[in-house]
Amino acid sequence: MSAWSITEPTPRQKWVAGILVVLYALVTIVPLIWIVATGFKSPADAISYPPKVLFEPTLEGYVNLFTTRTRQTQEYLDANPPETWYEEIVRQYDMVIAGPSRYGERFVNSIIIGFGSTFLSVFLGTLAAYAFSRFKVPLKDDLLFFILSTRMMPPIAVAIPIFLMFRTLGLSDTHLGMILLYTAVNISLAVWLLKGFMDEIPREYEEAALIDGYTRFQAFRKVVLPQAVTGIVATAIFCLIFSWNEYAFAVLLTSGTAQTAPPFIPTIIGVGGQDWPAVAAGATLFLLPVLVFTVFLRKHLLRGITFGAVRK
Amino acid sequence: MAEIVIENLRKEFGDFTAVQASSFRIEDGEFFMLLGPSGCGKTTTLRMIAGLELPTSGEIYIDGEEVANRPASQRDIAFVFQMFALYPHMNVRKNMSYPLVSQGMKRAQVRAKVAEVARILGIEDILDRPVGGLSGGDRQRVALGRAIVREPKAFMMDEPLGALDAEFREHMAEELRALHDRMGATTVYVTHDQLEAMQMGDKIVVMNHGVIEQFGVPQDIYDKPATMFVADFIGSPPMNFLKFHGEIHPGDRAVRMHDVELGVPQARGPFQGDMVFGVRPEHIRLDDAAPYRGRVLATEYLGTTQIVTLDTPGGPVKARTASADAVRVGDNVGLAFDGRTVTLFDSQSGHALVSELNEGVLAHV
Repeated sequence: MSAWSITEPTPRQKWVAGILVVLYALVTIVPLIWIVATGFKSPADAISYPPKVLFEPTLEGYVNLFTTRTRQTQEYLDANPPETWYEEIVRQYDMVIAGPSRYGERFVNSIIIGFGSTFLSVFLGTLAAYAFSRFKVPLKDDLLFFILSTRMMPPIAVAIPIFLMFRTLGLSDTHLGMILLYTAVNISLAVWLLKGFMDEIPREYEEAALIDGYTRFQAFRKVVLPQAVTGIVATAIFCLIFSWNEYAFAVLLTSGTAQTAPPFIPTIIGVGGQDWPAVAAGATLFLLPVLVFTVFLRKHLLRGITFGAVRK
Repeated sequence: MAEIVIENLRKEFGDFTAVQASSFRIEDGEFFMLLGPSGCGKTTTLRMIAGLELPTSGEIYIDGEEVANRPASQRDIAFVFQMFALYPHMNVRKNMSYPLVSQGMKRAQVRAKVAEVARILGIEDILDRPVGGLSGGDRQRVALGRAIVREPKAFMMDEPLGALDAEFREHMAEELRALHDRMGATTVYVTHDQLEAMQMGDKIVVMNHGVIEQFGVPQDIYDKPATMFVADFIGSPPMNFLKFHGEIHPGDRAVRMHDVELGVPQARGPFQGDMVFGVRPEHIRLDDAAPYRGRVLATEYLGTTQIVTLDTPGGPVKARTASADAVRVGDNVGLAFDGRTVTLFDSQSGHALVSELNEGVLAHV
């Protein structure tokens, strides 16, 4: 048996592979665990040195994340005993809750803008990819190259023109503006990725449907789309990850109504000292939607990544 | 059931002409073969009849109705694809119901119809299975079922047996032909396999480079080829071509080739120049007395017959003789040709010269 033949790995090889995977997992997962853990630490534990691995968990960070607080006189505090568990936490520092923070709004903004632009990118991308894959489009290759070329520089390189354009058009700090911007950035990825998937779907399926008495659009909807689900899901995940995590444009173009979570989270630091647990809590919650979305669609994603590699 | 008439059908893809002014007629109930090497335009022709490709010019009549520019869905034909194109996200029953559902047929009626067709094809037991796990033969049957269920005017089949393994192909070919005979539906069938075409077809159109080379019943195509291409494409081994310079006059029953007088079917027209003497391997006898000589290069034993390869003044020749004939490599033997079966060709154009053998066939090419 030659060294290159494909055989069952030996126990030794399995051990080596296992150790490598664990090492890699440590490198990627430890920071994540650190953030999640910090979210449950008290401010003192969060900055203690040496760092604490074992600590008494507290929801202080989460309370601070979702509230704004003010310092109050001792008389006021004595006259109004705390009524809820979260007020009690705040009272340790002689503070009272003044109202909700803006984190909730920013989070909702992220969801609207992230999922909105993902939907739009995938919707337009699917139609464009189908057209490029199936029809004779004049200047097809040039158009495809043009679409790709929008990704040949970092999007932020055009930040200033976009900033001016948005100001003139009244799109600054609007949901629509951010959805359009992220869609514009994502659409080239969506078109190229989906065109690959569409090309893999044999034309005969649609032709069979055409012959069976369906219109081109019915054939697309009932025969092509179910075949393309894998590609659509994979594309959607990539688009969502980009628009969800985007920071630079969000800082530049949003400040109030349409501000997303990424530019908001760092501003928590400034409120009442360096509140690392609140920042960590904000980051932890921010991870969840993409995590849930990806885990939920994982099966499709895995199939999507290996799509072109495996002959059916 | 329908008669299909093709008139001056032409298809260009940019600068490339895939089909050049084809005309032929498919009678009602005929099993019609479009035969040719890959890239000859046979599939394009079929797709134009089906409505999957629009012709550049020309007319297509299905039952007297001109349909060349109508969408496929309005032509009432069924198409069986080489890769079957079963909808992968549906089970067998759904696949077969799909064309009926598009017509707005009632659910109970669809069920009954699908059950009936499944019985004809012997696939009742797999109706509720997903199409993914089916064997090639079952996929083929389901694809046929989806085509039959709607009772279309005509069937288009694009190399439907091409995806099956050789062993099973033969069996499926018989099944297909039997099915056709029972239903009597006009069928247009594309293949590059000359044996398949001969075995199954009522009529054959042989195409090459977008041009129809010959159109007729299998016997005529084999015995009376209209061009050297047809003579070479049909038959295994193909027809032998012996090149020579000579002349022939109307009424002649012989031609002089390399100083030997050889019998041919009575000529109808004059010709002088570079000619080709075409003779099928089974029409050559090895006869020591024959004046046309050749040297044996090789023999292939095939059971009842053998293929003898000879070197002659006109070029290499393959003869099919009884395997009992004792032939040794290196022997110098005489070749006797069956003069009634010979076709002479114009070497330049590749067209057959008209003789008493082929005048009936060549008239309608």
